[in-house]
Amino acid sequence: MSGDVGLPISHRQRLWLYALGGLVLLFLIAPSIIIVIMSFSDSTLLQFPPQQWSLRWYQSYFQSLEWRDATIVSVKVAIMTTFVATPLGTAAAYAINRGTLRLNGTINALLTASLIVPVILIGIGTFFLYARIGLNNTLTGLVIAHTVQALPLVVLTVLSGLRSYDMNQERVARSLGAGRVAAFWQVTMPQIRFSIVSGALFAFITSFDEVVVSLFISGGETTTLTRRMFNALRDQIDPTIAAISTCLIVLSVVLLSVAQMFGRRH
Amino acid sequence: MSIAPSALPISMRRIEKRFGSVAVLRDLNLDVAAGEFLTLLGPSGSGKTTLLMILAGFVRANAGSIKVGGDEIITTPPHRRNIGMVFQNYALFPHMNVFHNIAFPLKQRGVGAAETAERVEKALDLVKLKGLGERRVDQLSGGQRQRVALARAIVFEPRIVLMDEPLSALDKGLREHMQIELRALHRRLGMMTTVYVTHDQREAITMSDRIAVMNAGRIEQLDRPETLYATPRTRFVAGFIGESNFIPVECRNGSVWYEDQRIHTAAPSPAPGQHLMVVRPEKLRLLTDAEPASGVNVLNATLSDIIYQGDSFVCYAVLRDGRQLTLRDYCRSDVLARMPAPGRPVTLGLDAQDTILVAAD
Amino acid sequence: MSVHPTLPRDTGRAGQDLNTQALRADARRESLRLLALLSPSLFLVFAIIIVPIGWLFWLSLFDEAGALSAANYARFFEQASYIKTFVTTFRVAFIVTGACVLLGYPLAYMLSQLPRRAASICLIFVILPFWTSVLVRTYAWLVILQRKGLINSWLIDLGVISEPLPLANNLSGVVIGMTHILLPFLVLPLYASMKTIDTDCLRAGMNLGAGPVATFRQIFFPLSLPGLASGVVIVFVLCLGFFVTPALMGGGKVIMWAMRMEQTTSLYSNWGAGAALGVVLLVVTLALLGLFQWLLGARATGVWSSR
Repeated sequence: MSGDVGLPISHRQRLWLYALGGLVLLFLIAPSIIIVIMSFSDSTLLQFPPQQWSLRWYQSYFQSLEWRDATIVSVKVAIMTTFVATPLGTAAAYAINRGTLRLNGTINALLTASLIVPVILIGIGTFFLYARIGLNNTLTGLVIAHTVQALPLVVLTVLSGLRSYDMNQERVARSLGAGRVAAFWQVTMPQIRFSIVSGALFAFITSFDEVVVSLFISGGETTTLTRRMFNALRDQIDPTIAAISTCLIVLSVVLLSVAQMFGRRH
Repeated sequence: MSIAPSALPISMRRIEKRFGSVAVLRDLNLDVAAGEFLTLLGPSGSGKTTLLMILAGFVRANAGSIKVGGDEIITTPPHRRNIGMVFQNYALFPHMNVFHNIAFPLKQRGVGAAETAERVEKALDLVKLKGLGERRVDQLSGGQRQRVALARAIVFEPRIVLMDEPLSALDKGLREHMQIELRALHRRLGMMTTVYVTHDQREAITMSDRIAVMNAGRIEQLDRPETLYATPRTRFVAGFIGESNFIPVECRNGSVWYEDQRIHTAAPSPAPGQHLMVVRPEKLRLLTDAEPASGVNVLNATLSDIIYQGDSFVCYAVLRDGRQLTLRDYCRSDVLARMPAPGRPVTLGLDAQDTILVAAD
Repeated sequence: MSVHPTLPRDTGRAGQDLNTQALRADARRESLRLLALLSPSLFLVFAIIIVPIGWLFWLSLFDEAGALSAANYARFFEQASYIKTFVTTFRVAFIVTGACVLLGYPLAYMLSQLPRRAASICLIFVILPFWTSVLVRTYAWLVILQRKGLINSWLIDLGVISEPLPLANNLSGVVIGMTHILLPFLVLPLYASMKTIDTDCLRAGMNLGAGPVATFRQIFFPLSLPGLASGVVIVFVLCLGFFVTPALMGGGKVIMWAMRMEQTTSLYSNWGAGAALGVVLLVVTLALLGLFQWLLGARATGVWSSR
């Protein structure tokens, strides 16, 4: 069936379009692929394709205390951010979806503010604030800052789940004798859990990949992986970063596939 | 009809509901007797669904009182009202099978497993779905879903059952079948006061003990179906229930006049001034010359069209003032044969007891 | 007349609404419940975004001596280095946005015309980089573009050039890196809006005698403009505040707005000046988004949910 193909124009007439589109796709994906391949190179020189293969850069990543500590910090922060941002964002999305509050529009704008405000301004502002309350270079500070950045994604994802959910279900549950909390847990929650899981994955990766704010507010014991990478890239190009990058790419692929899988089942 | 002692009456007083500056319900008063099947009938936007939602506790009124068996429930949260509800789209829980859907209200009330199984079984039996407990919701047909929703709403023996257009998603044949079944179920259960919302007047007439016709946030008339049909009190009710012709009449000196023709009425003569005479199409007759009747109003008109509809026929006749009247009759062999051709003058008869007068807006 | 204390005060009084007070109290309780659900999130956003930005704005109003002055803002018009930063920033933003349109439009068009399966496979190639860390992608471009990078080695090996081309650590490196990072922000909303264009409209156009080119130009293109515009605004706004790529690929020569803010505050600890830069950046960002929203009546933030 060619029912979903736009127009009665043959694919042959469109070859130029496919060629152009294909090149742009290549432009988008090639850098990641090159990095993955180069991470298995044996050479300190940047050769592509590599002459000899090895896992030395992975060894160098896993054996370096600095990199390992930074990775652990990032994982910790991302997990904590996920566990804070997901319930907060879900609760907020639920309240916004009810839509009965007078300031609903303003609240929505406030919660998604971190998508609009330039990240550099959030970074400087957070650093400035943390300097006064002693939260710079702390895990708590990182988790709070990352939560604020992850919140809009959780709110938007859960909100879109709630919008396609029939609120009459919760009403009928109430009429059948379930209290507010029981109706949410037994009826609403099981039906929007895919959105909540997607939101949680987004929160995790937002925190894990966050660079700019972490540059300002993390350091010392709590240096995040991204901050260390940024500094390393400023100095010199160490192929160890190719190995780390490959790990990050794999993480993205895995999280995205999980989100996609949940989306399809939904 | 046997009314179980647990049936409770509902008394709604001075209900007000505004959405922003728009008044949806205005000073609404309604009493539902214990065990009664009462229908809220009205066009969309008349406030009938809002009233139902206020009754269920999903929408908060701005003012008013709702008493169920004497207890004020206007601020009681929905889950403590003990009111069963069937939604238009059924709102079955898709992540639970039929059994767990129906067991849901029992679980909330802490009913034990054995009793739950027994009561769910009974409810399934009652709605003729015996043995379907393990089915997933998406494996059911529209009619079956409707029955599950119904079973779920009555399994916990609520004091009141509310239904919001529960049959509107079904196709015509099934809908008519379910109307009769719902009615029978209501009789069998006996103890359940039922408030039913629909915009379908036929459905309302078929099923209800009484009908409250709603328009623009008010109850226009509350009566038994036959009373409502025979003596609508407002133009809106006359137009909404059944078909109607409206003829402007004037009341002066204690009698009713259509232009310069005196109209015979059975009802006591109304207040002086302008009125509308409601004429049901099936109450109009074609008069032959041989019938000089007394007590029958005679209207002279010109026949404009006859439409054959199988069991019945409809004809359109135009009065002297250009007003068009509709007449409906059954196709008995002699009637249709005696019909004059379109364009010919006809005389229409209307018995005095079939005249209905309503206020002219 | 005394009223029995257990009765609600307003029952039975003629002309008075029944239970109004109880219902109002109930409504208030409901609102408070919803607010309770919102308050942790609102508090965090308020504390981390609103308060510091307000504080910075306050700081920007004072000069180094602590006197109220517009010095921090006047500087932008007086000092050549600031003017240069703004010029560079807007130049990069315009070039990157233009490049994103040139690359993104054909891609989105192709995606919208492909059968669903093929389109969703191709979409993975757009979404995956979107979800890959900005650092990883900037690093990749450094590897590819730098002096001894892949492109230069290839070109020298092939004998096309004898001296390496200056691809990284300058404006071209910044532009290429940022285009790569921001392209999905244009493609995703554009693709979403192209999918909503009714194919019957196009069929009707062809049926009425318009050739494929005319159909595209007169029907498809105008209908895709709102999606294009929202993508353009997002890319442009993100360019203005972009930090990572120019910082790593500009070689210290391309100073953009966000870098300037970082330098002013971290390097020179001049909070007033840095804050003033931030305030102007925020105002420009909001103004552009507001202008866009006003022009199109569209929700500029809506496209973010496609992420």
